[in-house]
Amino acid sequence: MSLAYDLTQVSMPEDVTSEMLTRIDEICAAHRGKPGALIPVLQKCQEVVGYLPVPVQERIADKLGVPGHEVYGVTTFYSFFSMEPRGRHVIRVCMGTACYVRGGKEVLERLERHLNTPVDTTTEDRRFTLEQVRCLGACGVAPVVVADLDTHRKVMADKIVELVENYE
Amino acid sequence: MSQISINDLAEIQQRSQQAQALRHGQAGVGTQRMHLLVCGGTGCQAAGSIAVIDALRAEIAKQGLEEEVAVVETGCNGFCALGPVMVTYPEGIFYVNLEETDVAELVESHCMGGEPVERLLYKDPGTKKRIPHMRDIPFFALQRLIALKNRSMLDAESIDEYIGQGGYQGMAKALKQMSPEDIVAEVKKSGLRGRGGAGFPTGMKWEFCQKATGDTKFVLCNADEGDPGAFMDRSILEADPHAVVEGMVIAAKAIGSHFGYVYCRAEYPLAVHRLQLAIDQAKEYGLLGDDILGTGFSFDLQIYQGAGAFVCGEETALMRSIEGKRGMPRPRPPFPAQAGLWNKPTILNNVETWANIPQIISNGGDWYASIGTERSKGTKVFALTGHVNNIGLVEVPMGTPLRTIIYDIGEGIPKKHRKFKAVQLGGPSGGCIPEEHLDTICDYEAIVKAGAIMGSGGMIVMDDSTCMVDMARFFMDFVQDESCGKCTPCREGTRRMLQILERITEGKGEPEDIDTLEELAEMIQEASLCGLGQTGPNPVLSTLRYFRDEYMAHVVDKKCPARSCVALLEFKVDVDKCKKCGLCFKNCPVDAIAWKKKEPAVIDLDKCIKCKTCIENCKYDAIY
Repeated sequence: MSLAYDLTQVSMPEDVTSEMLTRIDEICAAHRGKPGALIPVLQKCQEVVGYLPVPVQERIADKLGVPGHEVYGVTTFYSFFSMEPRGRHVIRVCMGTACYVRGGKEVLERLERHLNTPVDTTTEDRRFTLEQVRCLGACGVAPVVVADLDTHRKVMADKIVELVENYE
Repeated sequence: MSQISINDLAEIQQRSQQAQALRHGQAGVGTQRMHLLVCGGTGCQAAGSIAVIDALRAEIAKQGLEEEVAVVETGCNGFCALGPVMVTYPEGIFYVNLEETDVAELVESHCMGGEPVERLLYKDPGTKKRIPHMRDIPFFALQRLIALKNRSMLDAESIDEYIGQGGYQGMAKALKQMSPEDIVAEVKKSGLRGRGGAGFPTGMKWEFCQKATGDTKFVLCNADEGDPGAFMDRSILEADPHAVVEGMVIAAKAIGSHFGYVYCRAEYPLAVHRLQLAIDQAKEYGLLGDDILGTGFSFDLQIYQGAGAFVCGEETALMRSIEGKRGMPRPRPPFPAQAGLWNKPTILNNVETWANIPQIISNGGDWYASIGTERSKGTKVFALTGHVNNIGLVEVPMGTPLRTIIYDIGEGIPKKHRKFKAVQLGGPSGGCIPEEHLDTICDYEAIVKAGAIMGSGGMIVMDDSTCMVDMARFFMDFVQDESCGKCTPCREGTRRMLQILERITEGKGEPEDIDTLEELAEMIQEASLCGLGQTGPNPVLSTLRYFRDEYMAHVVDKKCPARSCVALLEFKVDVDKCKKCGLCFKNCPVDAIAWKKKEPAVIDLDKCIKCKTCIENCKYDAIY
């Protein structure tokens, strides 16, 4: 995450609907005042919106009664939280050691070329977000690629293109 | 069912033991004559085990065998690479790589005809013979199970099955018959050391916390298994979640705690699901909550899901994260046993450590201490992966040589034209052990002497196609990315080390780079705040110790001996070595290779995308 993130962008992005905001307010109300609530709240809110843009973080800070910088600090610390919109499908390539030595790196390079987008970014048409992840613990079937909720095992570089094309 | 008493527990145990008797070679209940235990761990699920289970149940119903044959979904069996796997009882026959389409034949032949389906049995990679019984397969035969005792033996989602295997008896004994001091003494006697990696004596940690003053104390479980290439904790949580719950209640009694958390990484959805189910079931039986088993002791437990930060495996960072903050470590002392979560006395152990506790209490510390070496007691679970035939989870007594694990249990290197190069232990905090030290035994001190650490159990075997400089670069990339940024030596130092390693793998290294790497490594080790930085340079130092020549080849000759670093490859065919087999030509994804029978291959460098598919497929190392 770049430190030069534009904090002046204050208006709520258009894709965040009023239903989503109501849901965020409900989540915050249920956790307000509870110790250690911030991370679970952010997890739930990201499930609702899909990502956590600054205006959403400010809303959460306001409703939870915690300083905005604390919400921003936690959001940017953990890799599960994203401040950018994500694709309809998230393709996660495991870069754990076992997957790495068994061809995970080649799989990722092939995908970057095929989707024409570098790792940890989203394609322009928002069809795919391509990510690398730290060991999914499925080393027995390395290399592993997780597309949305489907775990694909023993994915070799020359099979990956076919595989992702199944996700519209 | 409402809260149960000790007598109820004994009754459930007896009933459930009978229901599982078939799996121990005894007569089953009623008309039941066969149990089919199909693995439902993450690896096997990825391979389609749920569809196999559904198909099995449907076929068994279709044949009218429901009263005779039961299908059980178990937790991780450990032999993940061959999934979906299934064990049948009472025979103990082991089936591998099952598919939905095999089910009809399986039911007809195995369940109805009494004839095992030969083609689905495990095939030994060495002798190429089929081995029907699980107990005869070297991968299983040489293991000794304590932490993994119940793997693939029971339905991980049933508390009754766990109780049937003697579950919650250790807890009942600790709560009913033992004083907090007795519990600590028993754990100390066992010699158990923390299985998360550092190997701190567990009993001693508990004693510090027991003696700490304060009416609020916490018991935590570290299930933030972050080392790449490690899945011991995931597997235990998926296969035997109640063992962790039981262990934590015992510790709670020992230190006088009434609340605990399991900090589990969000990358493990199935483990979280099974553990939550286990907690709910334990609460329903009153094995968690108020007045457990009518003993007057109360303890409650909650899961806290991490949000993706490796440093949260460090104890003080983990506690900050549960407090809802950025997971950054803080200096010690004070140690968590005095001031941990929310500044209250806290003990934190990892999943594998917890899974050992119930049996130590049930069977006694002396029993546990009778296994292992002088200073490392009991067993250790390893996740055996990489370039090895049998990939999976392995539990061996301390004192077992690494060679036994890799060659007897793992059955060696899969590709015939490849040779063993090194085994990596301890992930980003650990190191590589080469061939000449393979007789090193599993023992905390012995492994350190060989230049690695026991670590949490990741064991990655590498053949000679692995570049050790690139391996060091891989781990350094990991460490610098996961560095929390709080202390300068780790934040800046690891980044500089990575830059140098990248330069070397790109063929732009200078001989001085190696001295600079060593100098930086020493400084980062000594000056970093937490274990992440203090151990981060280890992979570089251990590869420099054993594979210095390989670094020199990159720096001086601008060559990668393992032919792995793309920038140092020319993608040309050595016509003397080329056996004209055409495998490179057949596998090239962009048709950049020209080849005719009886002629060496030629690579068109304008078309070549340097994907290395040809190099991986060439059995004669003819492409350089």
